[in-house]
Formats: sequence, structure tokens, C-alpha cells
Amino acid sequence: MADENNKNEKELTEEQRMSRRRFIKNSGLAAGGLVVGGVAGGLIPWGGTKHDNKTQNAAQKETRKDYNHALMFFTQAEFKTVEAAVERIFPTDENGPGAKDLGVGYYIDHQLAGSWGFNARDYMQPPFYHGEKSQGYQGRMRRREIFRIGLKEMQNYSQSKYKKNFEDLTEDQQDKVLKDFEGDKVNLTTISPSGFFDMLRSSVLEGAYSDPLYGGNKDMAGWSMREYPGDQMGYTNIIDKDFQKIKPQSLQDHM
Amino acid sequence: MVKKLPKVDVVVVGVGWGGGIIASELTKKGLKVVGLERGAERHTEDYYMVHDELRYALRYELFQDLSKETVTFRNNEKIRALPMRQYGSFLMGDGLGGAGVHWNGQTFRFLPYDFEIRSQTVDRYGKNKIPKEMTIQDWGITYDELEPYMDKFEKMAGISGEENPLGGKRSDKYPTGPMKHSPQMDMFEKAAKKLNYHPYTAPSANLSEAYKNPDGIERAACQYCAFCERFGCEYGAKADPVVTVIPVAQKTGNFELRTHSNVRRILHKGGKATGVRYIDTTTDEEIEQPADIVVLTAYVFNNTRLLLLSGIGTPYDSSTGTGVIGKNYAYQVSQGGATGFFKNKKFNNFAGAGALGMEFDDFNGDNFDHSDLKFIHGAGIRLYQSGERPIQNNNIPRGTPTWGKEFKQNSIKYANRTLKIAAQGACMPHQHHFLDLDPTYKDNYGDPLLRMTFDFENQERELAKFMAQKCTEVMKEMGADHIDTMQELGPYNITTYQSTHNTGGVIMGDDSGTSAVNNYSQMWDMDNLFVVGASSFPHNSGFNPTGTLGGLAYRAAEGILKYHKSGGQLA
Repeated sequence: MADENNKNEKELTEEQRMSRRRFIKNSGLAAGGLVVGGVAGGLIPWGGTKHDNKTQNAAQKETRKDYNHALMFFTQAEFKTVEAAVERIFPTDENGPGAKDLGVGYYIDHQLAGSWGFNARDYMQPPFYHGEKSQGYQGRMRRREIFRIGLKEMQNYSQSKYKKNFEDLTEDQQDKVLKDFEGDKVNLTTISPSGFFDMLRSSVLEGAYSDPLYGGNKDMAGWSMREYPGDQMGYTNIIDKDFQKIKPQSLQDHM
Repeated sequence: MVKKLPKVDVVVVGVGWGGGIIASELTKKGLKVVGLERGAERHTEDYYMVHDELRYALRYELFQDLSKETVTFRNNEKIRALPMRQYGSFLMGDGLGGAGVHWNGQTFRFLPYDFEIRSQTVDRYGKNKIPKEMTIQDWGITYDELEPYMDKFEKMAGISGEENPLGGKRSDKYPTGPMKHSPQMDMFEKAAKKLNYHPYTAPSANLSEAYKNPDGIERAACQYCAFCERFGCEYGAKADPVVTVIPVAQKTGNFELRTHSNVRRILHKGGKATGVRYIDTTTDEEIEQPADIVVLTAYVFNNTRLLLLSGIGTPYDSSTGTGVIGKNYAYQVSQGGATGFFKNKKFNNFAGAGALGMEFDDFNGDNFDHSDLKFIHGAGIRLYQSGERPIQNNNIPRGTPTWGKEFKQNSIKYANRTLKIAAQGACMPHQHHFLDLDPTYKDNYGDPLLRMTFDFENQERELAKFMAQKCTEVMKEMGADHIDTMQELGPYNITTYQSTHNTGGVIMGDDSGTSAVNNYSQMWDMDNLFVVGASSFPHNSGFNPTGTLGGLAYRAAEGILKYHKSGGQLA
């Protein structure tokens, strides 16, 4: 009896899944693997019971799986710190998602794993001398090394100040730690705290606003928030007109 | 063992605007030209995925690989020059078309005043107006003499524009009409007119309409896609050497383009250039290319560096002000400006074109009285709509947080509610601003890097401050709710992007004692060596350099043809 019920339930679930997929496909609500939520999501004519929600979530999770979201460089511990820090720099608010939900942590991870992380196109020949501010970065360390040390030092600083890991601090405490790095209030011998902070901050903006192909700006939500249309072929038709809101497109739309 | 190739008529070093123009003009007349380009070949089709701010604007896809070669920099002779390890202040081109590929396309002509700057300044204000260390000098050519060549460049490139009411006299109108006007351009025009200035639609190499040039090259109109500077044009609408002069040279059958060919020395014997030695960067093989005439058409830095490395001309000595190679390095003063924040007005800031804008030159050159001012020359005051890409443009009122909740709210709120008026300021040369070889740092072949010694002086600080006030007045008239004005021009800083308008080092003039080339870009010290580019500017004006540079390149081509026929000094 129990087995029978289970079987029916399974079949029902499968059917539900199928019809849901069909609905989404036919209604054009799926965009780039994302199931549209909000008002459109509410049109889906099932749900209500706890059980149904669960299956729906499972299906949704399956559809939303982002194979880009795994780590190439950071350890899991480092990644936690990164996600907490980037979210403070660009937090979730009434405008929309913050850095964490935009995938900025993955973006930074992927960038550090590649040529940028290795300073592959920078002049890295010795001798290394301490220079004037106007002469720019003169260190021998590469971005991936600076990041790794910077994250470690953020943990050390959080521990010495609050006896907790950075990601476990309150938001105010996290902001205080970041501010102390930004203002060179942290005493480090290996890297420049403000240099590390500046790199972190600029990579947050890159992750929030670069084409989604790099792992951040998830579903172009960064662009949508500021009404930036992303990659359009041209604007000949609107250049002489007042402000126009245009649905964003990414490089993927060119493939 | 150096491989020696058969001799050709002309070898051109660097195939960007200068090299492309020289190659097209010479090959049309039947000369055999070899073009050596250190970078790779490039085509319009390469830019299918070009709308990628991260890859092109922040990872510098189209620029010189600094791991192989860079410049070193110091603010003055008292400190140690250190390598520019990462990009910042300016972006050096690389590959076919050079910096002519990733420019915005803003194509002005310098003013008549520029070419006779010393004599006209002395005439109007007296000798004492020029500070002792300011090494301005006349160019050895007048605007009127250069005019036909600038006209030729504009027709080749199809420049779209309308006449500058305060510019030099034109022999003809622009070949294509002005670009479209966006609402913010109209606002700027109205405000500037109300203040009795003389605004005009900025001349643009982004075509306003389809155009066929005198060489028979056809190009499509600009789509206002907003990806110009730092990007290549996927429509071929922006004039660049790859879609204009290079194919003309190639069609003659007289042009041989060799990419991945990095020239290390100009060879010379008995006061004459005999050819060049270069490296095939794909094999590291050393190759000698003999030629009757050698033309240097690299960027400012390598034009200067190759002369110094090859022992041609007298290196400049800043302590005495004598010698010429490396003299009068100048730049651009771009920071004097105003940013306006509009609470209730939104603009299509994401749309635009590199050369889409309005300008007025009431405060440029000597178009205004400098008697009571602590600077000479001036700036073009301008509003451009080149496209505000989201990583690099996060406009927030000064003094508000640069990260966190308030930053996010402000930067999102003002993304399409900010307008900028900028002053593109002239930069005067100075006895202690120069280029020479660095004593310590080397490129990937072991040759010394070029060393830049440069800073902003009182002239630049006063100019920037004055211009920032003028920009603010216009912004006020445009109705901004909040305006941030540049306060003080700090020391020159190589880490912040300002302008890729580096000039000087191999300057032109009418005297071999104070200049390196004559007004045909021919070396005084070596008849069969021509050095073409903004390296020949004795100072930099308050305009983008390419229109003037293009004119000088066409004049150099004419000179080379003359020299090929009859030899000798042309001026």
C-alpha cells in the first residue's frame, strides 16, 4: 500500500515536472536557464501545499544549476570570507541583489585563476624598488598571492579584534575591518592593506557589471539594476531621444 | 646570424595611421614598400564579441603587452624612474592599425596659433609671458601650409562634422555631415550659446552616414553602439587604418606587410640609413631589411627609443637644454572639468559614439586674452557621449562613500542621471620634461626601456583650475542639481587613465639645432630617414592629435616621394 502510494506520488511528480517545463517553455518564461520568478512565477497553476512546493523547488534547483559556480582558485574557507566581504562592498538592497547573489565571489575566483591573477601582461621584471605613489604598483607579488595573503590577514585581524572569523562578524564589524584595510590602519609587512582593498573593491564592480560569461552579473541583474542594456547592436534609433529603458542582452545573445 | 633580405625602396616601421598613410601614398606611386608591424594582423570580423567591457577596456585586449615592453617614469630628475608595470594614464597600441584601431575618432585640427606659438605669444604678450623653462617653439610650418594635407586626411577618413566657428580657415567643408544630436548635446549647445560661446558638433571619424572616400573605400554609418575607445569597430564605421589606408596599399601589389616583426635598430652608415634590423617574434630570428628610405611610424615612445638605441641624432640634455632626441615630451591636461548630477532627468548614457559630442573653443589656443592669466594656451570645453560603461563609470557625488549601501544606491541612481563637461587642456613643453633611455630596466630582448621624466607645472595647474570653473558655469546653465568641480590638479600620476595623447621626443621645426625633423618629418641629420607621428609635435594643443598628425603624415608622404626622385634636404 505504502509502496503503491509512493509510486503514484513519484509518477505524479514526474508528470508535474513535465507539465511545468512545458508551461515554462510554451509561455516563454524561461530565459537562459533561469525560471522567472515574481509576477510571472505566480502564474504557475500549482503549489500551495508544502509537498508541491518542495517538488517545485527541486525542479527549480535542477533548472537553475550553474555549472560555472565552482571554485578554481579559492579554498572553501577563503571563498566564505570573500563572499562576506564583497557583499558588504555591494550589498543587497531595494535596488536588487548584492555581490554575493550576483556571483561576484565566483567571478573573482575565476579571474584569479587566469592570466589576470598571474599578472601575465604586466611588467614583472626586477629590480623592485619602493616608489612614489604616482609611479604605481611596484611589488613583486602577483594578484593571486596578494589576494590570498589579504584574505588571511582579514581573518587574523578579525580574530585579534573580535575573536571571530570575518564571515561570522556582524555587518558593522565587517565594515569596520574593511575600513581599517582601506585606510591602512592594519599593520602588515607583506602587502599594502589599502592596495588589497582597492583590488577587492574594483573586482566587485567588475563582477557585478561584466558580461555574465565571466561568472558574475548573474542573469544580467547587475545591468538591470542600473538600467544598462548590456550588449546591444546599436542605438541609432534612440540616440536623439529621451531616456529609454531597454531590456539587457549579453554576448550569449550573439551566439 | 642575421638573415639579410633583398633591398626595397622603403621600409616602414609600425603600421598604424602613420605607416598606413605613408604606405598607401607611396605604393600608389609605384614604390615598393615593406611594412613591419610588431603585432598581429587585425580585421573587422575580429570584433564580433567586442561589446565586452572587461576584456577590452579593463584587460586591455588591444594594447601592448607590458610584460614584454613598457616605459619607466619619474616625476622629476631627483627620483628614480620605475617601470609602468600596469596600465593607467595612457594606453599604448599594438598590432595592425596600432592605436588607430582603439581610438574614439575625435578628429580636430590644431589652431593656427599652435604652429606659431612662440612668435604669436611674444607678439601679443611680450617675451616675459613665456617662463624661462617653458620650451615652446614654432613648428616650422604654418596652419595654412598644412591645411591641404589635413583636408586630405579628413576626406580619406570621411570625417563627419560642421565648421568650428573659432578654428582655422578651411578650404572645404567636412566630407560628411555632423553626427546626430542627443538631448544632452542640445542642452550643452543651448547653455553654451546662452553664455555667448561658440559651440559646434565635434568632428568625428565615426561616420554619420555611409561614405565612399577618394580611394574608393566604402564604409557604413555609425550605429552609436557606445564601444569605441579601447575597442575595435565591428561595423568598420570608425575610420581606422585597417579599413582605410592599408587595403589601398595592399591593392597596389607594391606593399608587403610583415606582422610579428619587431624592429630593434635602424641601420646606418656614413650619415645615411641603410635599413632596419628586426626580430621575427614567432621564431626569434634576426632579419635585416635594407632599404633606400626608412620611415619610423611607431608610437611616440618607440619613434624616440629607436633613434636613441640606434645612435641617430643628438640625444637631448636637460641640464643644458641642448640636443634634440627626446626633447619636449608633452601630454594632455584632461582633469579640469565638472560633473553634474540631475535628480529628475535621465539620459541614455549607455548609448553613444566615441566622437559624439559638442565643443567650444572660446578658451582654446589664444582665442581669449591671457594678459592677466598665469598660463598660456587653453582647452577645448566639451560634452561627449561616448557611452558610460558600467564597470568604469560609477558616478557619485564627491564626498559620499565609495562602497557599501550608500555607494550602491548613489551609483545606481546616478548611472543615467550624470553628465560631464570636460576641458581637454593643452600641455606646454618644459626643459625638464623629456624622454631618454632608462639606465636599469630592459625589454624582453634586453634593450633599455624608454624613460619618461614628466610632471604638471604651474602652467598646467593654473590652466586646469581656470577651465574647471568654465565647465562648471556651463553645467550650472544646463540645470544640474549638484555639481562637482575639479579643485586642484595634483602631480602627474601614471596610474589613473587620462589620455593617450603623448607627444614630442622627435620634434619638428625650422632649425636643426632645436628640432629633429623638418616640416616634411625628414631628419635633419639623416636625409633618408623620416620620423612621422605625434612625436614631431613641439607641444600638445587643446585638441585630440590625430587630425593634425594625419595631415603631417600626408605631407611626409609627399616629401618622401620628392626625396625618392631628387634626394637631399627638403626644407
